[in-house]
Amino acid sequence: MTRSSTQFVPAARVLHWLMAVMVLSMLFIGVGMVASVSEWHQCLIHIHKPLGIAILVLVVVRLIVRLRNPPPPLPADMPAVQKFAAHASHWVLYVLMLIIPLVGWAMLSAGGYPVMLSDSLRLPPIFPVNAAAFAILRHAHAWLAMLLFLTFLAHLGAALYHGLIRRDGVLRSMVGGRAK
Amino acid sequence: MNESSVSRPPPLGAGGVLLRLALIGIILLLIVLAFGYVGGWLAPKRLTAQRMVNQLQADNGVFPGYRRNHAKGVCVTGYFDSNGQAQAYSVAQVFAPGRTPVVGRFAVPSGNPYAPDSSVPIRSMAIRFSEANGQQWRTGMNAMPVFPVTTPQAFYELLQAQHPDPTTGKPDPAKLGAFFGAHPEAGPFLAWVKTAKPSASYATESYWSLNAFVLVDAQGNKHAVRWRMVSENGESTPGGSDPNYLDADLAQRLAQGPQRWHLVITLANPGDPTNDATKAWPADRRDVDAGTLVLTASEPQANGPCRDINYDPLVLPDGIEASDDPLLPARSAAYATSYLRRTSEEAHLPGTAVADTKPEAK
Repeated sequence: MTRSSTQFVPAARVLHWLMAVMVLSMLFIGVGMVASVSEWHQCLIHIHKPLGIAILVLVVVRLIVRLRNPPPPLPADMPAVQKFAAHASHWVLYVLMLIIPLVGWAMLSAGGYPVMLSDSLRLPPIFPVNAAAFAILRHAHAWLAMLLFLTFLAHLGAALYHGLIRRDGVLRSMVGGRAK
Repeated sequence: MNESSVSRPPPLGAGGVLLRLALIGIILLLIVLAFGYVGGWLAPKRLTAQRMVNQLQADNGVFPGYRRNHAKGVCVTGYFDSNGQAQAYSVAQVFAPGRTPVVGRFAVPSGNPYAPDSSVPIRSMAIRFSEANGQQWRTGMNAMPVFPVTTPQAFYELLQAQHPDPTTGKPDPAKLGAFFGAHPEAGPFLAWVKTAKPSASYATESYWSLNAFVLVDAQGNKHAVRWRMVSENGESTPGGSDPNYLDADLAQRLAQGPQRWHLVITLANPGDPTNDATKAWPADRRDVDAGTLVLTASEPQANGPCRDINYDPLVLPDGIEASDDPLLPARSAAYATSYLRRTSEEAHLPGTAVADTKPEAK
């Protein structure tokens, strides 16, 4: 099968679904761990940090794939406002996936914590130790994550709208499979 | 395959559209509800770190910029000289023979930074060891041999029972009595506290980790342990009635020379409880003297090097791990909440508590 202009390239699709699972897990892990005083607290924090760095690495790969492979065009009959919302929300998602891990890493650095990805693997600090900066970065980390959650909901809602109501091939362009 | 092959199925009727819109709405709503539950907003009865710290604030008042517990304290600096004896049990760099710099803090266990030194018969010592490899070991210890309760929930209920009665300004003895009646595990602590007196000095006290931890040796074998810092300064004497004598005593002792403690690590026997800080281990358990903590200087906490350190007991280096003690993750979570609140106040972020101009009046 030759490449279809109605579908994202396979690399983009694999990255999308892999990161969809990682990012959604990450959002639940993040809010869950800060609201728990049980053994979950520690367990989730130990997943949160390496998973966040994995997302950071993957989003860089994904941006390269995205810039080298323009996505299939949206249907010509889609209203301009919806087209704009689609493009804008995609870039908001890319930017948030890139900066939320960086803010998390900077926040731990500013708090003077060693940034441990495992029992022995430590990342260097990327921000000077400063308590006020820690507080600002810690709040930013949470609020940006909330914005990511809301953008994800809009993204999912729009994808289902395309797949179930408009049935215009937009959802299929990422799900893959043969066009009818 | 080309663009023209994407053909649209026949259009949906109005009813079909509504049904599918409703389905999409339900999917999104379920995700939001799950998120709200996991995040605790839709689980009002779950004990969270925020609720625990709120109770500390309700009991003690809010003192912007200060820790929510152990608020009154002093920064200390020095080093730990390891003798290498704990190396057989842990690969942590801090236990290799040699010197590790430390920043520590002595404190009085109360959420009120103006509490008189004699108000509690307990002192605490927190230490951050900074290993040369960039890893850290942070530990918060108390000058008492056992903790009053086993679980975070019981600790929260103890805080509730200690809430001052608005008419007397003191905890209601009936509520405290009811709490301890329902918590026989507090027996050893109550027996100890009956004879405990507020000491005149931080330097004469010995400090217990209370919680158990796990050391990991070079073969990957795990050893359940507790540790304590044992003062070289002999007997502790009761302090006087002056509200603030601890800091001056410490400064005076340090002016005469460094103050020393031995880090004594107790190895558990199989079957010793690691998940219950109310139970001391039998006295015949093997002790390893890992080295000497040497404190050389103290500084007021307002601008001292310990001010912005969260002495989270789960900041651990390779070679030291948490045990199954349920208090440990709760301490870690509550300390993080306290740290965020006080650093937010330091940063003067909107919505945070603002310092009272006359805090002494409280």
